[in-house]
Amino acid sequence: MPAVSKGDGMRGLAVFISDIRNCKSKEAEIKRINKELANIRSKFKGDKALDGYSKKKYVCKLLFIFLLGHDIDFGHMEAVNLLSSNKYTEKQIGYLFISVLVNSNSDLIRLINNGIKNDLASRNPTFMNLALHCIANVGSREMAEAFASEIPNILVAGDTMDSVKQSAALCLLRLNRTSADLVPMGEWTARVVHLLNDQHLGVVTAATSLITTLAQKSPDDFKTSISLAVARLSRIVTSASIDLQDYTYYFVAAPWLSVKLLRLLQCYPPPEDAALRSRLTECLETILNKAQEPPKSKKVQHSNAKNAVLFEAISLIIHHDSEPTLLVRACNQLGQFLQHRETNLRYLALESMCTLASSEFSHETVKTHIETVINALKTERDVSVRQRAVDLLYAMCDRSNAKQIVAEMLSYLETADYSIREEIVLKVAILAEKYAVDYTWYVDTILNLIRIAGDYVSEEVWYRVIQIVINRDDVQGYAAKTVFEALQAPACHENLVKVGGYILGEFGNLIAGDSRSSPLVQFNLLHSKFHLCSVPTRALLLSAYIKFINLFPEVKATIQDVLRSDSQLRNADVELQQRAVEYLRLSCIASTDILATVLEEMPPFPERESSILAKLKRKKGPGHLPDIDDARRNVNGSTEPSENTEATKKSSPSLMADLLPTNRPRPASSSPIMLSAGTMGSTHPFTDLLNLNSTPPSGASLLVDVFSDISTAAPAEVCEENFLRFVCKNNGVIYENQLLQIGLKSEYRQNLGRIYVFYGNKTSTQFLSFSSSVTSSDTLKAQLNVHAKTVDPVIEGGAQVQQILNIECVSDFTDAPVLNIQFRYGGTLQNIGVKLPVMLNKFFQPTEMLSQDFFQRWKQLGAPQQEVQKIFKARHPMDTDVTKAKILGFGVALLDGVDPNPANFVGAGVIHTKNTQVGCLLRLEPNTQAQMYRLTLRTSRDSVSQRLCDLLSEQF
Amino acid sequence: MMRFLLLFSRQGKLRLQKWFTPMAEREKKKIIRDMTTMVLARQPRSCNFLHWKDLKVIYKRYASLYFCLAVDNQENELLALEVIHRYVELLDKYFGNVCELDIIFNFEKAYFILDEFLMGGEIQETSKQMVNRSIEASDMLQETMEEYMSKPAF
Repeated sequence: MPAVSKGDGMRGLAVFISDIRNCKSKEAEIKRINKELANIRSKFKGDKALDGYSKKKYVCKLLFIFLLGHDIDFGHMEAVNLLSSNKYTEKQIGYLFISVLVNSNSDLIRLINNGIKNDLASRNPTFMNLALHCIANVGSREMAEAFASEIPNILVAGDTMDSVKQSAALCLLRLNRTSADLVPMGEWTARVVHLLNDQHLGVVTAATSLITTLAQKSPDDFKTSISLAVARLSRIVTSASIDLQDYTYYFVAAPWLSVKLLRLLQCYPPPEDAALRSRLTECLETILNKAQEPPKSKKVQHSNAKNAVLFEAISLIIHHDSEPTLLVRACNQLGQFLQHRETNLRYLALESMCTLASSEFSHETVKTHIETVINALKTERDVSVRQRAVDLLYAMCDRSNAKQIVAEMLSYLETADYSIREEIVLKVAILAEKYAVDYTWYVDTILNLIRIAGDYVSEEVWYRVIQIVINRDDVQGYAAKTVFEALQAPACHENLVKVGGYILGEFGNLIAGDSRSSPLVQFNLLHSKFHLCSVPTRALLLSAYIKFINLFPEVKATIQDVLRSDSQLRNADVELQQRAVEYLRLSCIASTDILATVLEEMPPFPERESSILAKLKRKKGPGHLPDIDDARRNVNGSTEPSENTEATKKSSPSLMADLLPTNRPRPASSSPIMLSAGTMGSTHPFTDLLNLNSTPPSGASLLVDVFSDISTAAPAEVCEENFLRFVCKNNGVIYENQLLQIGLKSEYRQNLGRIYVFYGNKTSTQFLSFSSSVTSSDTLKAQLNVHAKTVDPVIEGGAQVQQILNIECVSDFTDAPVLNIQFRYGGTLQNIGVKLPVMLNKFFQPTEMLSQDFFQRWKQLGAPQQEVQKIFKARHPMDTDVTKAKILGFGVALLDGVDPNPANFVGAGVIHTKNTQVGCLLRLEPNTQAQMYRLTLRTSRDSVSQRLCDLLSEQF
Repeated sequence: MMRFLLLFSRQGKLRLQKWFTPMAEREKKKIIRDMTTMVLARQPRSCNFLHWKDLKVIYKRYASLYFCLAVDNQENELLALEVIHRYVELLDKYFGNVCELDIIFNFEKAYFILDEFLMGGEIQETSKQMVNRSIEASDMLQETMEEYMSKPAF
């Protein structure tokens, strides 16, 4: 046991710790601990009042036991007693216990708060510091409620000691992070900014942390800090190293404060004031210059501190992204670090360069380092450095170097660490697709991926290659030929069998002319892999076989024999058995025409962003995002209605229902029946099989959209995927990505409307600088007034905030306003645009009328431009009730008994705008035989007729 | 901000844990396990930084102890490394050539020193003199050695 050199120790505690250390086994340790716990319990319960010292000692022992990883369920009361003691050492231990073992027991919290209150009022700086520390350590809501209004006063009071000011600033910062709503802004905020001028650098450092956090949330309130921060920074970087006394760290002047100031400045764009801006530029140049000076010390601390400031300066330069010379200088500096002997610096240089690569000013300069980065990939001993090199190659890739980078990544993949293989596979797949000039290269690359790292090729990747091959007929023949050749390898990865089966099933005919790849050869090749494959792959192969029967009548008998064999027809796996049975029957009874229709080539997939990208983002994203079930994700990554998937998974009695095998990628919208896919061609990607009356619960997977590109700060494309879903309904989820969910509730009366927009933070981290506004095109501005209330700039993790939009329709309109959302998540700016579902039909008032009135008005509106008619195919099952509900949801009254044909639907309503009212009549005639509709609209204004017809015709 | 600081031995024995954000005990135990396995598996002369979920992990070994600090993604890694070093210097100053045993037997002191240096996940006082002064000041408030020796052992 080491002697305690000074201060007090607790002998009993030291003895106990020694005992524990001497325990030979885990059991002995637990025994000793239980003995001690029993001892302490009896002391605490004993009749004799314990003196402060013993209480302190026992509480300390409990703390030690807790820190060993055991649960402690008593002693809190004694700790609170200690905390209220007048003796510093007892108080200190009491606070420590409470800080480490936070307990939400509300009675206790009240007692603790009481103790804290007394200490804060004590004017004794040591006690005040302990109390402030405890608040910051626990940071619970109850504490925030009790003290959030008091701490700002302590912070800015003229007579507060410096050390207390520091604690108060950081305590306030902590409370602001956990319960921002309880920290009142006020007169103190302006005075906090002036702490940047404080004499005491410790106070300035703490205050800068506080201001940075506050400025991230409400930048406008803290704009004045920019000039003060620049001034302070300038004084530091130009100071001689001894000026700052103990705030100089290994010959570097106040590195922590410098970094904090540079961080604060990253909350803002470059200063507008020219003088200020040039002063800041000077500072940044000085920092860059210092990096070139010979080191003042050989100690690693010196270079670390110096480079910490340098990297932060580079971050600010990148953040401003406005001074090309600085950007290029930064890039060159990082280039030097790429070859530095310090591993840490190489790592950081690679990391920083990733962000530089996305700036237009420095992208080209970054690219000049490509050889060094590739070399790093090959020679770095440390996997995390190699990982950064992969990231940087990915970031610097463009059309000019894509082939080289993809080739290097592929060759690295052969030896890459298992932990990062999947990510590399995703990156290669994305780059190959993004920069493919000719798609043969793309196909080769993906097949290479499967060959080298087949186990790491996720479904997204091989789905995507199929999607691309199906959509691009120039590459289909090549793809068929290449997979055919690849399949000839004696051992090939199962993923290759899947791709091969799918592609040959669709396009095997393109290479069947060559006798070396005749239908029979193709079939035998595929079938030679069959027995080595897992059930899902076999299921896919069976589907490929039935497609072969359609493509090549000459192998029909061979394939039927295979399907008929016991190993298929009596397969233990119900999925395989069912497929074999059904496909066999289908091949026997269906005519060639029917076969050709049922087994027609897959229709092109709707052009969508790659689901691989979404996967990569998911990987990169915060670790605690809910995993989205991959199995339910189809080739486009849009999640299918779950009922659909279940239907196909269940052994459905319908022959047709199972024709499209579950494990084959399919177009997003296709129902499980391939027939419909064949006859309807490429359908709208978001026609929703369930739709309408069932407003999905918020967060329902139905509406999940994983594609919207939110990880870049580039102006977001406007998302309008869900727009049409809101034509006939007012509530639901309009947008959702990994981070954010936006739900709407809307109500309309006459020409006025109100939308409640709910922003839900799906992560556990705050969104900062959150703002959302509504913009309209110039034409629309005159037709529709939208007023958006402001929202709180911070959304806590897991929290939801509401924004109210007030809408006034001035005249009829066709455009839709756009909701623009911006916020900061984990340092990157997110930008989202969503088309707001405010459509003309929302301002409908239904009108009931009798048959003869209807026809009279119908005739009055007989001018050719007043009527708009559209004939279209049904996209959903033609269900009368659903149709009725949609028409009602559209806003008109449904008039029964008007149309002589009871199957037809007739509706009437009036559109209310500020300037005028427009009467509308509509008629919808379904033709179930042909699966078609005819929709007719008559209104007094042609633009209204047209718009309403366009909106409504998309709904059936 | 800093999220947590862990001190553990080469055998993976945890010597000190400081959490700057509230977390469930189970979550803490999982993190401790992840950190020890991850850091102890690193080859010598690797870089001192790791990515873990959405955090950066900065670690450094001093004699038999690993110091492992997790910070938000936008934080400065090199400076985090110097936060660790500054803490080691403070411990060193206080204990005089600090070793693992000092931290085991005086864990409460290690916490007090840390509290003078960091608060709420931010650095509170970067001056070594200032921190030392306040630690000494609080030690002045403690009992004397004689008082200590006269205390009962149990």
